[in-house]
Formats: sequence, C-alpha cells, structure tokens
Amino acid sequence: MSDVIVLAEHFDSEVKKVTLELVTAARSLGTPVVLWLGAGCTDSVVETLGSFGASQVLVADSDAVRNHPVAPGAEIVADLIGSMSPAAVLVASSADGKEIAARAAIKSGSGIITDAVEIATDGTVTQSVFGGSTIVHSKVTHGTPIITVRPNAIPANQEPTTATKTDIAPAVSEAAQKVTITNRAVVEKGARPELAEAEIVVSGGRGVGGAEGFGVIEQLADSLNGAVGASRAATDAGWYPHQFQVGQTGKTVSPQLYIANGISGAIQHRAGMQTSKVVVVVNKDPEAPIFELADYGVVGDLFSVVPQLTQEISSRK
Amino acid sequence: MKIAVCVKQVPDTWAEKKLRSDDSRLDREAADGVLNELDEYAVEQALQITEAVGGEVVIVTMGPERAGETLRKAISMGADAGIHLVDDNLAGSDAIATSAVLAKALEGRGFDLILFGSESTDARMSVIPAMIAERLDLPQVTFAQKVDVSGTTLTAERVTDYGYDVLTTELPAVVSVVEKINEPRYPSFKGIMAAKKKPVEILTVSDLGLETSVVGAAAAWSAVADFAARPPKAAGVVVTDEGDGGTKIAEYLTSQKFI
Repeated sequence: MSDVIVLAEHFDSEVKKVTLELVTAARSLGTPVVLWLGAGCTDSVVETLGSFGASQVLVADSDAVRNHPVAPGAEIVADLIGSMSPAAVLVASSADGKEIAARAAIKSGSGIITDAVEIATDGTVTQSVFGGSTIVHSKVTHGTPIITVRPNAIPANQEPTTATKTDIAPAVSEAAQKVTITNRAVVEKGARPELAEAEIVVSGGRGVGGAEGFGVIEQLADSLNGAVGASRAATDAGWYPHQFQVGQTGKTVSPQLYIANGISGAIQHRAGMQTSKVVVVVNKDPEAPIFELADYGVVGDLFSVVPQLTQEISSRK
Repeated sequence: MKIAVCVKQVPDTWAEKKLRSDDSRLDREAADGVLNELDEYAVEQALQITEAVGGEVVIVTMGPERAGETLRKAISMGADAGIHLVDDNLAGSDAIATSAVLAKALEGRGFDLILFGSESTDARMSVIPAMIAERLDLPQVTFAQKVDVSGTTLTAERVTDYGYDVLTTELPAVVSVVEKINEPRYPSFKGIMAAKKKPVEILTVSDLGLETSVVGAAAAWSAVADFAARPPKAAGVVVTDEGDGGTKIAEYLTSQKFI
C-alpha cells in the first residue's frame, strides 16, 4: 500500500485532536506516515500516533524549521512528495496547514482541495460549502492530492500499531528562511477547550447586551466543559475577543452540540456553525432565523433561561 | 513605498450562495457582486502605510467585466490606480491558476508590499497569498493583526491558535491581514468622484505573456464531480419560556446524553 503523508498539527508536544483525525482518515487511503515539524516529538507522542495507525513518524526539527514560518514546512513536504511518491498528503485546515499545503502544491505540481469533511477510499473529497448549505464532491486531478481537512469533521478512532520514529534532518534553503519568528506570544486560554476542536460550543450574540453579559455564557460553557463562541455583532461591539467569533468571517465550528444564545442567525453566523450536530437556541424573538436550525429552541430571555440551565446541569451531574 | 492590494469581487456576504447546475461554478449573477469585505482591511492598511511614509497604492483584481465596479470601489477608498485582469479564458480557474495569473501581473512592477485580505468570503481557501509568495520567491507574512513598516524592515503579528507570533522580514514582502487590524474607512464623495478618473490598466492572459491553456476550468488541477443542496433539517421543537425554559433544555440535553 502506498504511503499517505499526514502533517502533524501540534503545540510543542501536545498533539492536536485533528492530527489523530487525519491519521484515521489516512488509513483508508494507504499507510499513514506522520511528518512532525519542529520540537516536541516525544516517545509518548510517537506511541499516541501509533495507536491511531501511524506506521512511521518523520521528525523534521532544526533551527530553520523552528524559527521560520510556513516556507520551510512547505519545502519539506514537497521534498517528501518527490522522494516517497505518496498516495496523498493530508493537512489540517489551520492557517499554517493550509499555507504549507498551498506552497507544497505549487512546488510539487499538485492540485489542492481545502476544508474536506470526508475523504473516500478513491480520493473523492466531500466539502461542505456556503455555510453547510451545499455538499460538494471533488477530486484532485493532477499530481499528488494535497487535502486539508477541517477539524472535528472525521471522527478519530484507534487502530493500534507500533510507529517508528526517524529524524530526517531536512535541508532548508535560504529562500525559505526570509521571515523570522522573533517572539511567540501565548495568550492564556484558560481551561476551556479550543473553539475549532470543541465537542460543545456555547455562543452569545447581540442579545447578550454587553461584555458583562458574557459571564452567564461562560458559566454555561464551563458547566458543559465547552468552548465559548460569539457572533460578529458581539465581537464587533467589543463584548468578546475577536478570536472567538463564529461565522463567515470568523471560525467555522462543527461541534456535537451548539447552544446559540441571543443570536439572530444571519447567514454570516450560520455559515460558521450550520454543520453542528445538535443545535439548541435561546432567543427572545420567535421570528429569529436561527430557530430554523434549532433541534430544540426556547423563546425567552437568555438571562433567566441560561442561568437556570447552568444550575440544572450542575445539579444533574 | 509602492503597494499592491489584491482584491476580489464576491457575492454579497449576506446573500445565500448557490452553485450552477451546468458547470458546478458559483452562480455570481444570483447575488450582487461586492468587494470581499476582508479585502477592505488590506486596502485600509495600504492607505495608512502610504499616508505615513508616502507612496502609491495600486488595486489589483482578477475577474469578469463587472468586477471592474469592485475595483473602482476599492480605489474610491483612496488608492491611486488599478489593474484589472479580465479574460473569458480565466473563467473556472482554480487557486493554482489564479495565483499564476496574479503573480505574472505583480512581478517586475517594483511593489514593496503586496497586500491581501485573509480570505475571500466565497471560496474561503486562504491560500492565494502563500501561493503568490511561493511563485515570486518573496517573504510571506500572513494573518497579520498588526503590521509595522520601518525603512525596509517589516514587523508583524501573525495570529495563531495560541495567540500570535511576532515576525520580522525585509521588503519586498507578501502580507495578508485579518479583520481586527484596523477599521476600514468609507469612501468619501470626493474619493468616489476621483476614482472614476484614476488610471485602470486592463490586461488579458496573453497581455501577461501566459498561454491560455494554463488557465480556466480545463487547466484546473482539481475538479468537482457533483454537488447537492444539504437536505433541510427536520424541524425541531420550539417552546416558549414559562419560567422553566432552562429546565426544559436540561431535560432535552439529558435525553440526548449531553448531560
């Protein structure tokens, strides 16, 4: 069986869940070979990747890889495409992932498809576009298929094997080192899961009324171990930080459960959450379009409904 | 400082988007074409830089005839000139071909900065800036929430999942910006009137010295097999809060095994 290269998404030695989803998806196309860029590939990381079916972990770590964004990774991926002739390259739909995929596609003469939510064994990719209103099937027709996969779309499942670890000490050209990372600012994210990867997302919109109103949204999220999201109306008003915006111009999420509070549900917002499995809505306005997406909805004041819900959840645990 | 800002005409962000059944392409006639709103931040950033250090801002777009309106709209924010890449052969081009065309149009013109919005609201791939950097062998500084230019040195904050990276490089460079970087200005009446008179260069594929065989749908390196509208969701249960709304949701979540 041919190899399928999986570009690991990680923060130091913390393996992102999407990496395990990518390895799972790769198994249906061939033998998963994980490429790990930078530091952090410990023995326990190799073991974890092996338990999801990775046969090899190739570690590309050097000052050149650590200190310069995107371009070194693209060179390494393109080199591996040349030397391994893989059946496909799977990458997470993150900023770095998409850009490494984009540059590697140009370098290797390969087609690229982004934001896959499913990959069939024949390489046919399913995308959910226009905010989930349309399902598209497409295929790369030139070179090695390079596919970026949306987090939380393909469930990860284990298929234990023992992965070998190889240091590949890649050569990185001067041209790929033109941009230098001089500082890495880690913003305290607290105990909440990352928005794009969360199983449960609790969001607030215009109806929250102000920054202090997000307190009840956060409490509900915490009672469910969920992430907090916000509509554009709320982030534009400065009530909640921009990086938590869900929607067309923000993050796309696809959690098991999405609870929309005080969000009207304009296309702008729906585009970012329409593929959530279960949607619960709380809104004062019975005419709000968000109710069209609701599996369960309550017409009412979120400031009485949401705290009551939080309390109920705590007492039922 | 000579700055190019690449912009795209997209269907109105607030409109429902659909694919055409005959060629699986976005139905661009079905909705008003507007300037991709994320590109407005790139135009604003270019104007702020040239207002501070002097220079020229050129708006570049690839798209059919009617994308010319979008080009003028971007110019009316205060830019100096435009380049419109328009050719029937370009229809159906994938990102690979689009980047080849844009790169050809941008190279050799002495741009110190090539600016983009972080994504288009229709295709949402976010790959063109990286592809342009790759093709033109320029430094790539993307998803910037802050950009500073001092002499020939560029410093920027690249948004990441964990916060941001501070990046530094030497000009010329390719930069994409995210929406929190600034507050785009509205075109003034004077700007709108002036935009009508600003020079716009119109270029075809052969003007760029490219073969028409490398662009358009036939040259794409990926192809749509089929598509379908997502089946409408079964209508859910909606109740009115009578003091027990929170409890009712909790019961629902328990029945769905979330609690």
